[in-house]
Amino acid sequence: MNTALPAPPPGYTGYISEEHHHDYAGDTVFGFWIYILSDCVLFATLFAVFAVLQHNFAGSIEASELFDLSYVAGETALLLLSSFTFGMAMLGANKGSMKALLGWLGVTWLLGAGFLYMEVNEFVHFTHEGAAAWASGAWSAFYGLIGTHGLHVFAGMVWMIVLVGLLLRDGISNENRTRLICLSLFWHFLDIIWICVFSFVFLMGAV
Amino acid sequence: MSHHEQHAGGAAHGSVKEYIIGLILSVVLTAIPFGAVMSGAAGEVVSITLILLCAVAQVMVQLVFFLHMNASSEQAWNTISALFSVVLVAILIVGSIWIMNHLNHNMLMGH
Repeated sequence: MNTALPAPPPGYTGYISEEHHHDYAGDTVFGFWIYILSDCVLFATLFAVFAVLQHNFAGSIEASELFDLSYVAGETALLLLSSFTFGMAMLGANKGSMKALLGWLGVTWLLGAGFLYMEVNEFVHFTHEGAAAWASGAWSAFYGLIGTHGLHVFAGMVWMIVLVGLLLRDGISNENRTRLICLSLFWHFLDIIWICVFSFVFLMGAV
Repeated sequence: MSHHEQHAGGAAHGSVKEYIIGLILSVVLTAIPFGAVMSGAAGEVVSITLILLCAVAQVMVQLVFFLHMNASSEQAWNTISALFSVVLVAILIVGSIWIMNHLNHNMLMGH
């Protein structure tokens, strides 16, 4: 019963075969990748709900009367650019340049903030026009889908602030590098979701 | 581990060139469908086809240039799990639309 197990050697990762042994960061990032994929399924569900309900306006104002594509193009530009600037931040981190990393992260954060500001503005405008989340099934699906994306962007921005705090405390350590890689996956993923949103919700809705 | 020490799964290295190409491609692939719909120059069928093609192309561009996905053995598990999700997503979306479009078939009284 009381056979004491020997303590695992330092650096033990739980892998049986050490031959193709992955480092800690690899396991963590792969785990985060799996989370991203589960998030992808969540968004797919919301897209399916939107696809099913998108014509059910129940007498409320219809989407085609409200959508302003040049406004959506502005939001899209901010988000696409923020994906690029995050890439530049990663390159800064790879070079070990804290200045480049923090600078590009700051730009990314501002672009994300600009996107969120525009989105909230749009929601307020729509609600004033009579297209509130409770106006009809179609509008509930609209806010459910786009609001979930917006919440993710917000979470990414909070994460960015926390990570900058950790970076200032510990520098570009291996742990912080892993966190940064996860956040970059998360941010690029949000960009991909937005591509689906502007294509299927705004552009298709305006055709 | 080809270069640098940090070649973790799903996070291969990019380069400035790669990111700039990715940005230019994604701007072009965004401008095409927005231009088509906003100008109203293209017909409905052409517009929808353009939107779909550009969306698929742009997702690919993002995966390759920003997420650095490729078929290397280092990334095999990332790619396999992503493909599994694509199947799941397709079943979810196509299945929902299919079912909901046929919801009222064979439900009419007297038929």
